[in-house]
Amino acid sequence: MAADAIFEQVVDAARALGVTEIEAIETSHHEALTRFANNAIHQNVAERASHLSVRALVEGRTARASTNRLDREAIRDVVAQAVALARASEADADLLPLPSPASYPTAARWFDSTARSTPAGRAQAIAEALRVVEEAGQTAAGIYSTGEASFSLFNSRGVAAHHRETMARFSITAMAADSSGWAKASACDLGDLDPVALARSAARKATLSHAPRELPPGRYTVILEPAAVLDLVGQMFGDFSATAIRDGRSFLNDRIGKKIFGDNITIHDDALDALQAGAAFDGEGAPRRRLTLVESGVVRDIAYSRAAAALAGVEPTGHGFPLPNEFGEAPVNIVIAGGESTVERMVASAERAILVTRLWYIREVDPYEKIFTGMTRDGTFLVEDGAVTAGVRNFRFNQGLMEMLSNVEALSATVRASGEETFDMVAPAMLVRDFRFSEVTRF
Amino acid sequence: MKDVALLALEHAAIRGVEYADVRAVETREREVTTKNGKAGHVSSSESVGVGIRVLAHGCWGFAATDDLSRDGIARAASLAVEIARAGTAAKKQDVALAPEEAHEAVWVSPCRIDPFSISVERNLGELLAVDAELRRDPAITLAEASMTFTRERQVFASTIGSLIDQTRVTSGAGFAATCYKNDDIQKRSYPNSFGGQYQLKGYELVEELDLRAHAPRIAEEAIALHAADQCPEGEFDLILDSSQLGLQIHESIGHPIELDRVLGSEANYAGMSFLTLDQLHRLRYGSEMVNVVCDARLEHGPGLGTFAFDDEGVPAQSNDIIRGGRFTGYMTSRETAAAVGERRSNGCMRADGWARLPLIRMTNVSLLPGGQSLDEVFGMDDGIYMETNRSWSIDDKRYNFQFGCEIGWEVRGGKRVRMLKNPSYSGISTEFWNACCAIAGREHWTLWGVPNCGKGQPEQVMGTGHGASPARFRKIKIGSAYGG
Repeated sequence: MAADAIFEQVVDAARALGVTEIEAIETSHHEALTRFANNAIHQNVAERASHLSVRALVEGRTARASTNRLDREAIRDVVAQAVALARASEADADLLPLPSPASYPTAARWFDSTARSTPAGRAQAIAEALRVVEEAGQTAAGIYSTGEASFSLFNSRGVAAHHRETMARFSITAMAADSSGWAKASACDLGDLDPVALARSAARKATLSHAPRELPPGRYTVILEPAAVLDLVGQMFGDFSATAIRDGRSFLNDRIGKKIFGDNITIHDDALDALQAGAAFDGEGAPRRRLTLVESGVVRDIAYSRAAAALAGVEPTGHGFPLPNEFGEAPVNIVIAGGESTVERMVASAERAILVTRLWYIREVDPYEKIFTGMTRDGTFLVEDGAVTAGVRNFRFNQGLMEMLSNVEALSATVRASGEETFDMVAPAMLVRDFRFSEVTRF
Repeated sequence: MKDVALLALEHAAIRGVEYADVRAVETREREVTTKNGKAGHVSSSESVGVGIRVLAHGCWGFAATDDLSRDGIARAASLAVEIARAGTAAKKQDVALAPEEAHEAVWVSPCRIDPFSISVERNLGELLAVDAELRRDPAITLAEASMTFTRERQVFASTIGSLIDQTRVTSGAGFAATCYKNDDIQKRSYPNSFGGQYQLKGYELVEELDLRAHAPRIAEEAIALHAADQCPEGEFDLILDSSQLGLQIHESIGHPIELDRVLGSEANYAGMSFLTLDQLHRLRYGSEMVNVVCDARLEHGPGLGTFAFDDEGVPAQSNDIIRGGRFTGYMTSRETAAAVGERRSNGCMRADGWARLPLIRMTNVSLLPGGQSLDEVFGMDDGIYMETNRSWSIDDKRYNFQFGCEIGWEVRGGKRVRMLKNPSYSGISTEFWNACCAIAGREHWTLWGVPNCGKGQPEQVMGTGHGASPARFRKIKIGSAYGG
């Protein structure tokens, strides 16, 4: 059933219950993922699902109910459930009426090539990538996923926002006897992925990091590849939220307008950036505005949902999560401005540094100083006199982000970076001095 | 549900597969939260679908759908077989499974008070009362409280003749108080961080937790932490409360004993394990008083890892993981058991709903109670006691870990003498467990629920159980998270 037809049924069901303020989000997706390990495909899955989520507003109260059954009876049930929950909820004097229609720019993020990918096509690409790793005498594990998704948001005041996109991801870990290397990429257009090139990169890192040396913990100059940058720096963007600041849980409390990073740090949130993905509207249907989160080290903009904006007396920025929720809003299309350098030039310029491919299991140690801990993983190297000279055993870090982003000495051009600890972003590689490694592990 | 499962199995079987199993799953959830005197998240959701797993051409294929029409199920079965066939492009050997008997069963988890019979108004009323207690002192800048309830019915059917109908009800509740002032954020939670306690129980869990009674102490501690001294850096004897020890078990024992990790299946994402096959029955994992089991049986307790059958149709079991400090066993599946020559899976395959493939997941991985009284556990001249997790991190082979806790105390002569803020500790898994020198007895043992364990690609979130009582560890590295 088409999304607009579903919404008509939602409105009818709500009216029958005497409710006129109703919102519905309809999503559907078809995703497939082929997973390999020990140089063979070992898990191979596909999933097709739809989802309807209905929010009712009743006399200053709101609540949400969801289902994946989309027949007429189920739609009537889910609306009735949302209305009953709303009536049972507490009245909120700050609850806003549903928003009015807006116009949204179109983000062309749906590609037929990705949507039409097949299990056989993914398996063939994996087989070719595995040949590269096997020729290096290594074993590989990883994934190749493809999917398509659509997202439609309607409300009874006339909002009708639609987005659809495709996404492909390839990730590979190459493993030698005592070392490993990793590479990953994602793109809306499957044609932008090159699994064989990623396999070559992972295998090269595994080869170069063999017989890793153990270095003592301490402060090192580090060269963080884009995936390492995004997985660590990406941890802070939930704090660029008016609600988080109001709750006293953001490290930006009393720091808006202050210079807390280096001059060379500028960060935007831009849903329309060519390397970004996602919808051009938020969870209430507000258009996403481009934000300058950090300009030359100074915190500028933060995200406002409609509710947070009303409380602050400003315009919403289009970063709200679907209501009701406790978190308010956050920027989700991060673009970290790059520089003129490259990873190769950073290596060439370093007298002594640690080159980091990837970070892992990053968790917040201190919420206000924004200290994070985590591990290096799958390709950690010693750089001496302008060249990679050895692999090194993996480090644990405990590093404050304000200090780190004040110590950036060089940035590369930006790429669409993909890691495992946060959502994909547009990010550069960074050369950072005095990065704190606190411990060393056994491999 | 049974009809859906049997229809899906029929569609898979007629396509000439070597083996197939299907899970028709129906889930209902309710989530109610409050924040600073207002309702936060009030929602309900339901989901129903079927996942079809086939073994064909020596490869696995899996397809899931929420289109439960005859055609929709047929398409999913056909896709699962197509996917399995595609896997032959990169196959090293045919998948082999350890044998398992056919089982027919209907099982419903014990639930004294159906949580869905309790009104949302009552849920909100209880949480708002907690909220009011937390915010009696305006220094509390953020008060959060929540309840979540889930009922999941699953019908499993397989081509070896199993037909298993299981219903599990789980509940969770807790609250947290945050105090931001003077450029510092401190937080306390009850009964545990990240949402509280979760168990295989009905609304009786909420009643047992007695949330309101604990709110004043939690708020006071969140405020008091601002005036507390920073936890020192150095080597100290360390006592952990049972909730933090539960997470320590989860990360440094539970994940490393997953045999699929050991064999490399998770190498690209969750990682591998230091517990290589040569370590079995050889490694001294912990001190002699350390005994750990992986136990999915109801006899172990109402854990998030308690069930009657796993998602491959293998009955719940109890297995020794560490006995007398010696490493004695992994968690297995039918495929991994066969790969290492075991006669049978020990029943640890679990899937996150109908749309995901079963993986080896922790059931209830628990440290058995020790023989010491709480006074004996605290009986040290100079050490640090830590309570309630704040952060957790461990490397991808599970050697090096670092945990932070919400609150600590300096302990002298068996007494808490000084509150400490920002406590953390770190170490190597086996060195840590070998430093265990006192474990409190059964009366202090709690089966904690971890509701958010992530694993797999696409990622799956699973609830696991971890029983523990407070324990003491000698000469542990403390405070390096905030070191120079």
